[in-house]
Amino acid sequence: MTVETAAPTIATAPAAPIDTRMASLRAIYIIWYRDILRYWRDRWRLVASLAQPLLFLVVFGSGLSSSLGGAFGRGSGISYIQFMYPGIIGMSILFTAIFGAMSIVWDREFGFLKEVLVAPIDRWAVAVGKALGGTTQAMIQGLILLVLAPFVGVKLSVLTVVELVPLAAVLAFGLASFGVAIASMMKSLQGFQVVMNFLMMPMFFLSGALFPLTNLPGWMTVLTRIDPASYGIDPIRRVALSNSGLPNVNSLGLTIGGQVLSIPMEAGIMLAFGVVLLGVAVVMFERRD
Amino acid sequence: MTDTVIEAKGLVKKYGDLVAVAGIDLEVRAGEIFGFLGPNGAGKSTTISMLCTLLTPTAGVARVAGIDVVHDPAAVRQRIGLVFQDPSLDEQLTGRENLEFHAFVYSVPAPDRRRRIDEMLNLLQLADRAASPVKTYSGGMKRRLEIARGMLHQPQILFLDEPTLGLDPQTRKSIWTHLNELRSAKGVTIFMTTHYMDEAEYCDRIAIIDRGKIVALGTPEELKQMVGGDVVTITSTQPDDAAREINTLLGVTATRDNGSLRMEVPDGKAFVPRLVRELSAPVDTVSLRRPSLDDVFLKLTGRAIREEEVSSRDWNRALASRWMGRRR
Repeated sequence: MTVETAAPTIATAPAAPIDTRMASLRAIYIIWYRDILRYWRDRWRLVASLAQPLLFLVVFGSGLSSSLGGAFGRGSGISYIQFMYPGIIGMSILFTAIFGAMSIVWDREFGFLKEVLVAPIDRWAVAVGKALGGTTQAMIQGLILLVLAPFVGVKLSVLTVVELVPLAAVLAFGLASFGVAIASMMKSLQGFQVVMNFLMMPMFFLSGALFPLTNLPGWMTVLTRIDPASYGIDPIRRVALSNSGLPNVNSLGLTIGGQVLSIPMEAGIMLAFGVVLLGVAVVMFERRD
Repeated sequence: MTDTVIEAKGLVKKYGDLVAVAGIDLEVRAGEIFGFLGPNGAGKSTTISMLCTLLTPTAGVARVAGIDVVHDPAAVRQRIGLVFQDPSLDEQLTGRENLEFHAFVYSVPAPDRRRRIDEMLNLLQLADRAASPVKTYSGGMKRRLEIARGMLHQPQILFLDEPTLGLDPQTRKSIWTHLNELRSAKGVTIFMTTHYMDEAEYCDRIAIIDRGKIVALGTPEELKQMVGGDVVTITSTQPDDAAREINTLLGVTATRDNGSLRMEVPDGKAFVPRLVRELSAPVDTVSLRRPSLDDVFLKLTGRAIREEEVSSRDWNRALASRWMGRRR
């Protein structure tokens, strides 16, 4: 801002001491808590968001499973529906994380964002609180689907479930941060939906949720490797299917230049993506008036 | 510490070539209800936004609660309560949950949270509905909840931007009762904007703003004294002739206002019989009244603020927000 006239100097009264670090933590907590409260209270959204993955699994999965028959995976020992199941968990996380961030646009539309933005808290805390809120919702939404494992013939052990939790968390975090970054630039709900249709659906289709990312045309291979969701869904699949009779579960693994990425490497890429996008979201939040 | 809680000097806000606020000076004293009165587009909201640190002034200085609004906006925000013109509640949450959210982001100490929330809910008569979602509240209840929220972190000053817009007269009155109660219970200074003339009467002092400048400042009584004595209004089938006669025979300037003639005279009771006796032009009706703030505004700006001047945009917005609130 520019001050055009010479400002008269006015002595400033000392500010009451408020621990700003604690204030930011409190703000992150309450912003996160509000999101969870709303998510929990909106039972219909919960039901609806479970219906979609079920529909995919039952109709799409069963249909393709029977038409592909044993052809899928060339005798790898898994059916299409087994292959698809972790992808559907990933889909659920992807949609929930990004739609969770839409609440920012919603809050702007209905005025509540103003209450948040004028509060004497750091803007970065708002972005972090929102990203964590989206992460938690998406994680819950994805992990709930684990109860379906017996119905699609996927065997889970306690150990695999324990491994799946952090993997679901990094995928959820990456996509929630992505959603918050996009939402922080959006002014209207319509705009957000347009962007989401051009970003979210391609992200889903190219992520390997529905088909293996091997032997694809060159251009498509490149796009699938650019898609951050690929790095989140692949490790979930490898861990979820590790007890399902695959001779070598790493044969599913995402490759770059013929080299199979390790699970920690994939999770690391996902986490880095989330951190960078959260940084973008923070900058966007700090910038806007 | 002086008892001045808001101080502005030469406050200007420009948007490109458009000057929204053209240099405002004012001082607000601790504990008073200060009204900012003017038509839409006069610069009320822009000024209040600058004082609340929501907008950065183009030029000038403002100090709120002793702190420069440009220098340390966060410290100012900690010391002020805000009630916005547009609704800003989370309708999915309950009244109490909305207050809890606020208590957290404004760093209300943990041991005080519950006590202060209960106190505010009681003061604004929302205690029995505190556990209901805000979407089930009436317009007046939502406003009261926003006022309760604005007071939760014990601000020195409560800013309200058109707090009664879109509310029915009875609800408007109850909002005022609550504001007065808050002032006496909490000693808070209240700074508010309105374009309702009758509401300005509740204020201790008023600044009348027009085209980005303060045209008058004082108590409602002082402002009314700016209009000399009484206001006499007549209607006539020949208003032009009547106006000429009033000017030549009685030495009073009458102004045309929507087919009626309006004049300010020192002693209305003595003037009316003379008027009726001496005028040859037909007089249909005569009315005599004490000056209102409307008259002050008219005298200062040559225009009237009327209810119709509430722009259709404002009404649409008020209606839309209610409708959407119910729909959510």
